[in-house]
Amino acid sequence: MKRPASSEAGLLLLSGSVAFSIFEKNQRLAKSTFNPSDIRRKAIDQVGVEERSARFQTRSIKAKAKIQGLKMALNMIDLTTLEGKDTEGKVRQLCHKAAHLHDSTPDLPNVAAVCVYPTFVKLAKSLVGDKGIKVASVATAFPSGQSFRKYKIDETKEAVAEGADEIDMVISRGRFHQGDYAYVYDEISAVKEACGKARLKVILETGELGNLDAVHYASQIAIAAGADFIKTSTGKIKPAATMPVTLVMLEAIRDHYYATGKMVGMKPAGGISNAKLALHYLIMVKETLGEAWLSNQWFRFGASSLANDLLKQLVKQESGIYQSANYFALD
Amino acid sequence: MAKTTKENKWELSPAPESTGHISIKKRYDLFIDGKFVAPSTKKYFDSINPATEEDLTQIALAGEKDVDKAVKAARKAYDTVWSKTSTAERGKYIYRIARLIQERAREFAVIESLDGGKPIRESRDVDIPLAAAHFFYHAGWADKLDYAFPNSDPKSIGVVGQIIPWNFPLLMAAWKIAPALACGNTVVLKPAETTSLTALKLAELIQDAGLPNGVVNIITGAGETGQALVGHSDIDKIAFTGSTEVGKMIRRSLAGTSTRLTLELGGKAANIVFEDAAIDQAVEGIVNGIYFNQGHVCCAGSRLFVEESVADEVVRKLKHRMDHLIVGDPLDKNTDVGAINSKGQLQTIENYLKAGQKDGFEMYQSKVAVPKKGYWCKPTLFTDVSQSSIISKEEIFGPVLAMQTFRTIDEVIDKANNTPYGLSAGVWTDKGSKIFNLTTRLKAGVVWANTFNKFDPSSPFGGYKESGFGREGGIHGLSAYLKLQD
Repeated sequence: MKRPASSEAGLLLLSGSVAFSIFEKNQRLAKSTFNPSDIRRKAIDQVGVEERSARFQTRSIKAKAKIQGLKMALNMIDLTTLEGKDTEGKVRQLCHKAAHLHDSTPDLPNVAAVCVYPTFVKLAKSLVGDKGIKVASVATAFPSGQSFRKYKIDETKEAVAEGADEIDMVISRGRFHQGDYAYVYDEISAVKEACGKARLKVILETGELGNLDAVHYASQIAIAAGADFIKTSTGKIKPAATMPVTLVMLEAIRDHYYATGKMVGMKPAGGISNAKLALHYLIMVKETLGEAWLSNQWFRFGASSLANDLLKQLVKQESGIYQSANYFALD
Repeated sequence: MAKTTKENKWELSPAPESTGHISIKKRYDLFIDGKFVAPSTKKYFDSINPATEEDLTQIALAGEKDVDKAVKAARKAYDTVWSKTSTAERGKYIYRIARLIQERAREFAVIESLDGGKPIRESRDVDIPLAAAHFFYHAGWADKLDYAFPNSDPKSIGVVGQIIPWNFPLLMAAWKIAPALACGNTVVLKPAETTSLTALKLAELIQDAGLPNGVVNIITGAGETGQALVGHSDIDKIAFTGSTEVGKMIRRSLAGTSTRLTLELGGKAANIVFEDAAIDQAVEGIVNGIYFNQGHVCCAGSRLFVEESVADEVVRKLKHRMDHLIVGDPLDKNTDVGAINSKGQLQTIENYLKAGQKDGFEMYQSKVAVPKKGYWCKPTLFTDVSQSSIISKEEIFGPVLAMQTFRTIDEVIDKANNTPYGLSAGVWTDKGSKIFNLTTRLKAGVVWANTFNKFDPSSPFGGYKESGFGREGGIHGLSAYLKLQD
């Protein structure tokens, strides 16, 4: 492919049809059409990113804006359990919580989705499917992604067949570090195709990428390969989501929007456990992308303990009193 | 950007900083010889809050007699006390002032915002902490001047007259007073007439610090008071920060005298963005460069040069960022851009806006609402201006950015230097070699690389050409307050 004339249009390069033509018939990998030089790698200035991130945190969110923000954040949560020791019992409890965050407080929204391992998708779907709560499943040998592509594709397909509305895949970080960007790209587009109607969140695992330039480049690759959402982390690696990392990814989303007019979602995951920080993330989204992104269609928090702090703050706004953590259910 | 629907509209609620903890007297006298004294003129002028146009207090108008009294007090304090005080003791007093500023930082920040119109975010996070930092930094030098200037036998100068502007009232007072005291001089300081309050609060604080009477005197008034100070025969040095026009007048009036002079004057800084720069961060730097403190900054990056290949992207992102600046109540913690300092300055800025439009340049202003009362100017961008236009030649001293495109490095260096000023400049590129090439060829006192408007007491600040001479801050700044043997 030729490099587009306008530098901003660097992200336009791969139309859907080209991307999907990679996978034909028996999904044998055809020669990749992805040429890494088609994407203009952008300079990222870490100091500048950190300063901008710090400035979002000086925003003071009070009164009405706070209540609205807290409710919005609750409604954006992917309530998550991703542990080796997960059981049906655990998933049942999580799903109940997702639909009954704090029944003593009226007018609370539900969370956006529950996020589980593929084997629990069917169960979760049966419990929350009729409550307007989506079921997200991790896939592609989560969290390491170190497996053969055919298994990743199969895992994705099975999760979707079991009823997953959304797939959270991981990229092959090892291949990324090897410089095999085409592999990373092709894999994402293969999984995207396997997703069918399910929306695809692409986890970059930014804590393993090493620097912000790499985060930005990985974001560009994921978006070009067809990601519906880009997501920071699995939650298994530290650091997980940080504001600077999220800002760089939001800026990649903005560049794509400028170039194509198409919106891509963002999901920071891991490490966002208090309400104040969540509100500052929303400020960052508002000021970087605009209010159109302030819905769970375009923004999610991957978190397990955030919900209770949001609830605690909401109850405090209404009653004036902070309640003990014992009043808010675990899970 | 994508459309906002009713459901996801999210407006911030007011978050005002409280004013309950501050006290402002009904009227302020002159601070001479350690005491507050009424002016001989018996006249007081109003000081108003530019965000509401309401009266804050009344400030004494110092006449020639008062200036003379202040200079005499400073001379006496120099001869009898301060020049005889050990350098370590001098340092202790300055440390004490620094600590007291930190302790009362919130009070100073609120008053600075009330009096000058700057957002509390800036007075709280920039002005007041930096003012304290300047006192701390110079306190450390007080007993180490021999090491700063080895074999030069540094000696104090005597009585120093200092005149400061209205854009960073307390910070400029600190820039002036701290090095003067550390070097063993006594001071007569005149703040700008629209922003005298924090200087007078500083006078109260200096009393609390127990600084010997007459070492620092603060007299208030307008241009005539300043003129009387400059013209006084017993002043050993004048340090002035302000407009180039007034700076020229001062220099003329001191010609042929033995009075020393340093001037920190206007600027029209070039902020240069190359194609290879981190564009999103550069846009943030452009905003910090021109909209910081409503553009009332002598080193503001008011001329933006963008490599033509990325001009569209920069402009689009810049406009997006401008639309997210919050303009309004300076005391609201979320305000990014506050009130214009005075009615006169607003008029000046508006005249430039008209001139720019008359020249046919496209003007973009932030899509924000501004309050009805008070003095306001929306953040403004003129795109595709030319080097020969008034708005790219003259210092506007407001939130007005004039953008030009360029093609080659030589071209942009020539254009950046093609100005009577030379205070600061900014360079945005991912390439280190480009930075060094530009920093050596740009004729500006400060060149920031991949950042803008960064200040530190240890870093000398000052200008080339009509931006003045002499440096403030760092070892260079100390030398302006010392007699040094060659």
